[in-house]
Amino acid sequence: MVNIIGAGLAGLSAACELAKRGIRCRLISPQRSERAQSVLAEGGINAALDTMNEHDSPAEHYEDTMRGGCYLADPNAVAALTENAPAVVERLFRLGVPFGLNEKGIQLRNFGGQKKKRTAYAKSSTGKILMTALIDEVRKYEHRGLVKRYPHHELIRLMLAEGRCEGAFVRDCYSGLCAELGGEVILACGGMNGMFPRMTTGTTQNTADAAAELFGQGIRFCDLEMLQYHPTTIGISGKRCLITEAARGEGGRLWISRGGSRWYFMEEKYPELGNLMPRDVVAREMFFVRGREDTDGEVMLDMTELTQEVWKKRLSDLRDEIIRYTGSDPESEPIAVHEGIHYFMGGIDADERHRTSVDGLYAAGECCCLYHGANRLGGNSMLGAVYGGITAAETAASRSKDTDGSEPQFSAADDPLLTDARTEFTEALGEILTGGLGIVRSGEALESAIERAERLNVCCPREENKRQLGLAMLRSAYERRESRGAHYRSDYPESSEEYRRQTVAIHSGGRTEISFRSLPERRASDADKT
Amino acid sequence: MQIRLDITRRESAAEQSYLLSVMFESDDPAATVASALTEINADSGRRDINGRPFTPVRWECSCLQKKCGACAMVINGRPMLACDARLAELSRRGAVTVEPLKKFPPVADLIVDRSGMFEALESAGLWLENGGTVGSENTDLGFEASRCLQCGCCLEVCPNFYVGGEFFGMAAAVPNTRLLAAADDAAAGDLKASYRKHVYNGCGKSLACRSICPAGIDAERLLVSSNAAAVWKRRFGGRKKR
Ligand SMILES: Cc1cc2nc3c(=O)[nH]c(=O)nc-3n(C[C@H](O)[C@H](O)[C@H](O)COP(=O)(O)OP(=O)(O)OC[C@H]3O[C@@H](n4cnc5c(N)ncnc54)[C@H](O)[C@@H]3O)c2cc1C
Ligand code: SF4
Ligand code: SF4
Ligand code: FES
Repeated sequence: MVNIIGAGLAGLSAACELAKRGIRCRLISPQRSERAQSVLAEGGINAALDTMNEHDSPAEHYEDTMRGGCYLADPNAVAALTENAPAVVERLFRLGVPFGLNEKGIQLRNFGGQKKKRTAYAKSSTGKILMTALIDEVRKYEHRGLVKRYPHHELIRLMLAEGRCEGAFVRDCYSGLCAELGGEVILACGGMNGMFPRMTTGTTQNTADAAAELFGQGIRFCDLEMLQYHPTTIGISGKRCLITEAARGEGGRLWISRGGSRWYFMEEKYPELGNLMPRDVVAREMFFVRGREDTDGEVMLDMTELTQEVWKKRLSDLRDEIIRYTGSDPESEPIAVHEGIHYFMGGIDADERHRTSVDGLYAAGECCCLYHGANRLGGNSMLGAVYGGITAAETAASRSKDTDGSEPQFSAADDPLLTDARTEFTEALGEILTGGLGIVRSGEALESAIERAERLNVCCPREENKRQLGLAMLRSAYERRESRGAHYRSDYPESSEEYRRQTVAIHSGGRTEISFRSLPERRASDADKT
Repeated sequence: MQIRLDITRRESAAEQSYLLSVMFESDDPAATVASALTEINADSGRRDINGRPFTPVRWECSCLQKKCGACAMVINGRPMLACDARLAELSRRGAVTVEPLKKFPPVADLIVDRSGMFEALESAGLWLENGGTVGSENTDLGFEASRCLQCGCCLEVCPNFYVGGEFFGMAAAVPNTRLLAAADDAAAGDLKASYRKHVYNGCGKSLACRSICPAGIDAERLLVSSNAAAVWKRRFGGRKKR
């Protein structure tokens, strides 16, 4: 029996893989899969399918991913990811995903940080369309009794004994009753969006409570300083709304007004990839050009040159959304865009088989730190979530003892962790964190944020866990005295080979220790293959 | 903008519902029922219009951009997504009413248990028994039919749907159409039979559900395709491209 915490792309993929192998699992999430953050993904999923006559290959996908991540990811894991990407996308296609097609197969579009077209898509609602297919597939296994959903249930904490994970203690959010669910645990609980309330492109459901509890229980986290700011977001009620990178992939251009004329700063500075440089670079350039004395106003995303054909066939859903939220039609007017927190490269430490620091505990999808290094390429996270879910399930399957499959008994529980964090607290913590973890960081700003977080008043263990996780993010950023990918320090603007190591954060005995760890070398046998 | 929200509350399924009236002020012209609920709950000094304190109002949300269906509720008598319900557009004499969906069993406040909708999908056998692919002739149709949020708004207005009945409504018709676009012949037979039994036979075709769908799914177009295949034994969807 395996307990999967989270029912987004990673959780569903893990459930399918376990069920295919005849292993039973429980799929636990506070709300249904239809409500998971994965349904928001827009632009697409990467695989070197080579259907665009560009002679693409997994080796190039590997190179782009490693370079995009500033060589801060496990090369063996990235090699496996990119090697298997075509099979992953084919597998999704065979679940009935209506990918855009051409005469050679699945059509691919341009995405940031990649020179070749490598992103498979379903208009600009790819995440929703993939989720629908996976939900239907999991339903088949629910019917066969292999998957059991706990669709309004949240993880409260892991059941740990002698360094081994023996199950999950969960709460039914409807009744408030709790139960212990025995078995291996796969964490697929998504990004830590709730650390930054209202400031991310994600969902309110990813409260980061799960991550905070896990951190508080001593699970090892890595690269917590690596947050991705997406260059093109707009503010809407209660959150940042993403304008997919596909807008630029299909020809959208960024400019800012300078001396009364349009300055296409990305195209001028980066002639090769232009508007499609990796996200960290674009976001930072936007920050800098806006701050210059000779420029005026916001950075504009200009899609007015896109053809009717592109709007109709590939971005119709995006256009409707922009009109709804900005009141202007992107087909005829450029729209003002701003950077927004979008993705967490760091998270629960996982190895290439998706094992964590604790036996019997696995992690996949955005909650884990593995494939994306210092900056994730667009289209690689859905790939990482699906492939990661499958791989975590494979690993768990080889270990799972089909023991306790009986119906768990839910009953009233008295546990200090059942008290939710106050909104005032999470908002205050979020504000402190953004002060330290902006697009441009400095030792001074980080010190002041650490000091404020240390003084922040906490009322319950959940708040304390969140505060500790936040402090670990700030301290990781403070200790990394260099600039790399998403982490840019104005006091250390260059990268340094000495820091081409992962930050490791462990909380135990009331203290958090931040250290650095070298990355593994690429295994020779794999390197020969690709 | 100053708006009075009249919210139907209930502590738990076992208890009676009652009305909470609360004033909400915002200078955001795009403020929605979702943003109002968020802000009211965030304010630890919250009071109703009579100055009485109250506990946070329980409701479900997730994406806040009408893409997940979590926040479906009845607003001014009409089922819609709270995150898409703009107060300025809805206010009638300065007030907006907010109630839970009524077709589903209540849980607490604005939360209802929509399990029945998902169980219907399972009992209709909505999956691909042997996998399947969508050809380019049906990419658009497959896309449209993959977009259902399972929010339940269409079921709320459907005169023929009730939880536990044989008729599963548009929330099942849409996914069924997606599966028909991909299924092989063997699986398509079962899907068509299920479609006839759980959709076609019980549907009064008034299309009351159509204008209500917050995802704007073109129900008529999907039904034309599925009816053609499942009922009239004609070809499903577009003509094969060569
Ligand atoms: C707007 C947007 C657009 C994006 N576009 C793209 C794109 O084009 N291409 C791409 O590759 N990536 C994209 N991404 C990123 C990508 O969507 C995510 O990284 C990926 O879908 C994460 O999947 P996941 O399964 O790990 O997590 P999620 O889908 O976030 O699922 C997390 C699950 O965990 C559950 N959960 C949370 N807390 C708890 C708890 N305490 N207990 C139990 N369960 C819990 C949630 O309910 C949910 O079911 C985008 C992201 C956003 C926000
Ligand atoms: S057409 Fe009428 S009967 Fe049929 S699903 Fe829609 S509302 Fe229900
Ligand atoms: S068809 Fe529309 S209204 Fe009905 S459940 Fe799906 S998204 Fe909601
Ligand atoms: S919160 Fe997702 S649809 Fe409203």
